[in-house]
Order: sequence, then structure tokens, then C-alpha cells
Amino acid sequence: MKLRLSERLRIEHILLVLVACFVLVPFIWIIAAGFKTQISLLQGEIFFTPNLASYREVLFSKTTEFFSNSFNSLVIATASTLAIVFAATLGGYAMERMETPRWMVHTLLGWSVVFHMVPPITLVAAWFPLYRQFHLDNTYTGMIFAHTALHLPMALWLMSSFIREVPIELEEAARIDGCSTPYLLWKIIVPLIAPGLAATAILMFIFSWNEFAVALNMTAKQTATVPVAIAKFAQSYEIKYGEMAATAALALIPALLFLLMGQRYIVKGLTTGAIK
Amino acid sequence: MSRKATPVPESVWRNLALTPSVAVFMLLSLLPVANLVAMSMHEIRWEDGRATWEFIGAAHYARLGGDTLFHKGAYNTLVFSVVGVSLQVFIGFMLAWAVSRIARGRVVYRTIFILPILVPGILIGAIWKLMLNYDFGLANGLIGVFGFLPVDWLGTASLALPSVIMVDIWHWTPFCFLLLLAGFESLPQELHEAALVDGANAWTELRYVYLPIMMPVIAVTFLFRFMTSLKVFDEIYLLTGGGPGSSTEVVSYTIYRTFFTQDQMGYGSAMSVAVLFVIAVLLVLGFGLSRFRRGTA
Repeated sequence: MKLRLSERLRIEHILLVLVACFVLVPFIWIIAAGFKTQISLLQGEIFFTPNLASYREVLFSKTTEFFSNSFNSLVIATASTLAIVFAATLGGYAMERMETPRWMVHTLLGWSVVFHMVPPITLVAAWFPLYRQFHLDNTYTGMIFAHTALHLPMALWLMSSFIREVPIELEEAARIDGCSTPYLLWKIIVPLIAPGLAATAILMFIFSWNEFAVALNMTAKQTATVPVAIAKFAQSYEIKYGEMAATAALALIPALLFLLMGQRYIVKGLTTGAIK
Repeated sequence: MSRKATPVPESVWRNLALTPSVAVFMLLSLLPVANLVAMSMHEIRWEDGRATWEFIGAAHYARLGGDTLFHKGAYNTLVFSVVGVSLQVFIGFMLAWAVSRIARGRVVYRTIFILPILVPGILIGAIWKLMLNYDFGLANGLIGVFGFLPVDWLGTASLALPSVIMVDIWHWTPFCFLLLLAGFESLPQELHEAALVDGANAWTELRYVYLPIMMPVIAVTFLFRFMTSLKVFDEIYLLTGGGPGSSTEVVSYTIYRTFFTQDQMGYGSAMSVAVLFVIAVLLVLGFGLSRFRRGTA
């Protein structure tokens, strides 16, 4: 950044740089902590010789579950995102443009708002006995259902507001040309709302990837997701701080990837969800 | 709308399109919540993998009335949300204002500030558990530089809740910043020019121009964050587990412990239903109030 000195010294910049440091320092510290030996970490050394033992232990030791946990998270997040985006696009279109009865729109959108406020743990309590009955606990299917139910409300909200922005004249023109409803939705609406669709999909994926309260209670060893693994690590009796830091640092990678690849969509999704 | 070109009636397509959402709504929301209400009126015991239900009516709800831990949880959740979210909105507003005033580097700052939003809550808990560690955490290292004695941030009853709120501020101020920045960026440039012509300095412009005009965005940001803040669970789970004592007990954690670690499913369900009920009432009040104000304004 090339700035004139007078501008660089402005109070805004001082404030922003300070806050940026405050945001970044914990991340840098945790990544560095993963490179420290247990002794160097416990002594709080600032200057240290990097050591790969913790990262190697997390990634390549015989008992590591890092990759299987990541795989579980990936499966659950991908499947639930696809299900949500599919249901929300159809549902949002039906609510906005297909003369769905008002009471139904109100019920669905009202449900969306309530569900956004309800602590997930109360929903886990509600699902748990039913899941046991149908043998859905500790399965991918069960987790995918749970995450779909948990985040569909937000997606419905988002997709409705994106579809609302499509000019109705376009649809009318397509109708006059003899376009059928599925064709209209697939060929006209979906391409027009593609950025919104991407924003919704990225957000849903992140939500599912980050979700903890449901995963904690509805997964077992084989289906545990990354957040559950992090929690287990942090609570084991003999805490290996170095490995905990290394796990945390590695678990940051997806967030960094999302940020670098999809920032525009993330911003769009987050602001639309709240303001509209 | 002309229907002659479509052999399949529009209503059929509509019902098809609504089916997935309505199915999720019925099977994964209504049905479980109905079951939850039923459970809350029973004493449920697990024996040999089978549940026995004994009807006890409203006894669980009566018990809730005298449950001091549940009350403490509700109180802490409220303090956590009101104090935390107020500070988040305030800091977020100042940051958004600062970013909207700089010429270059907006995207850089935004990229940095967004990062905490994308990180799993449980990971934030893990990071800050280490950061706030009594023996080697960076927090104690930093205050040590200034000559202060190390502090047990999460293990001291009076400090634990403020520490958790501080972590939440670190986690969620970026979200408030993002919404408020969107608000600032949607303001017309003329506003700033007019304020300059009227001789406003940065401070008076902020106080008398931006603050009033941004009030609706601030309110929405506050409400939206407040709603999600009430759900807090992940960070508490790792940082303090509700302790020390009950100083960081929050509603979600009480429900979790009652339902899953103490196996009191009936009583845990009653807590959940109570929380659902309170939230529904809050929403109806909120909507009613906003409609009422819009009606009279």
C-alpha cells in the first residue's frame, strides 16, 4: 500500500491496524504453538526453533483420525449443502412466484425465523429419541438430515430474497414464448440467481462444516466430524498442548480457503441473510 | 398468467416444488418438537436399551420454576448476549466507519476481519483456551510485559464470564462490522459532501449524520446478532464448561448436561420446550412491536 505519510498516520489507520493485529495474533500464535515442543510451549518462549513433531503426530501417527474426521465432515457438509440448495431453490421459487397460499408462506418463513433463534441443542434433544428409534444415530444419513433441517430455514430465507430480485417481466416473456415451469426455473431463474445460489451454498457448507452441538451428540467414533475431534482433543486427560495447537492450526485451513476463494459470495450471503 | 401452453397445471408444479421444504418442516421440525412436548410431560428411564415412559403431567415445569441452576443459566445467557452484542455492535460500527473513510486497503481489512466468522466456534474455544492458559497463554505473557501478575482468566468466578464475552467479541464483532459496512457503503456520497459544506468535522459528522441515518441498520444488526447470541454453546463447552461453579452456565449448556450427560430426558425436554416457548413469545412481541410502530409512525 502506497499511502502518503499524513494519510498513513490518520487515526482510522491506527485503529484498523490495531484491530487487525488483535484479530490475527491468536491465529499466528496458535500456528506457531504447533511448531513448538511441549517444553518450549510451557515456558512461553517467543523465540524458538521450529519443530514438526506435533504436526507430524496429528497428521501421520498410527492413532490419528484427522483424515477420517475430515472425510466425515466433507461428506456430511457436501450432502447437506446439496440437499439444502435443492430444497431452498424450489421452495423459494414456489413461495415467491407460484401463488403459494399466504398462510403457507408465513408458516414457512416464520418457522425459518424461529429456527434461526432456537439453540441447536434443543433440536438435538427433539431429534435424539426419534433417531434412536429409526437407527439414524451415528450415521451419515442422520447427520445429513439434521444439518439439512438446521440450516434449510436460513437458505429458504436467502433464496426467497434472491428470487424476489429477478424481474417478473422476464418470466412473463418466457411464458409467452411457451416456456414450461420446470424449464423456466432451470433455464431462466437459476442462471440469473447463480451468484446468490453460490453464496447460499458456500454459507451452508461452512455452517455444516463448523457445526458442533448436533455433531457432538449424534456422531460416534466412525462418523465424528472435525469439530468433535477438536473438542475431544482439548478434553483428553493428559492434554498435549502442542498437538492441540497443531490440530487447531490445521483445522483453520478450510476457513482460509473459503476466505480466499469465496469472499465475495460469503459477504453477499451474510449481509443478505440479515438485512433483507 | 396464461395456462394454455402448460399441460401440467401450475398448482402441481408448485406442490412439487414445495414438497422438499415442507417435508423437512413436518418430519424434522414439527414431529420432533411434538415429541419433545410429549417427553417433557413424562419421566423417561432407559432400561436395557428400552425407554419406559411414566406420565407425570406438568411436574417437570413446576420443577423448572425452582431450579436455580436453570435460572442462573438464563440470567448468564441474557448478560452474555446483551453485554457482548452491545459491544460487538459498537466496535463493529466504529470499524465500519473507519473502513468506509479510508481510500485504499478496504478489501485487505475486510478480508482480515471476516476470518473469525468462518472459523468453527469450537476451534475458537480451543484457540482461546490456549491463549488464556494460566501458565503459558499469550494473554498472561502480554500483561506480564507490563508488570502484572498472571491471571486465571477462565478459572476465576468473577472473571470467567467477562473472559468468555471477550472471546465472543473477538469471534463476532467481524459479523457486525460486515453488516454495518454494507450499510455505510449504501449511503450516498452526497451525504458526506453536504456534511462537509455544513462545516462538520469527522466527529460531528459521525454523531449527527451517520449515527441517526444508520440507526435502522444498527438495530437490525443488533437484533440479528442477539438472536444468534442466545444460542451460545460451542465456546462455553470448551472454555469453561459452565464453570467455575455456575459462573458461565448458559441455557444451552444446562440443557445439554441435563439431557445428555445426566440422562434426564424428560426434564431436559421440559427445559427445551420452555426455551422454545420464550423465543416464540419474544418473536411475536418483536414483530408485533415493529408492526405497531410502523402503524403509528
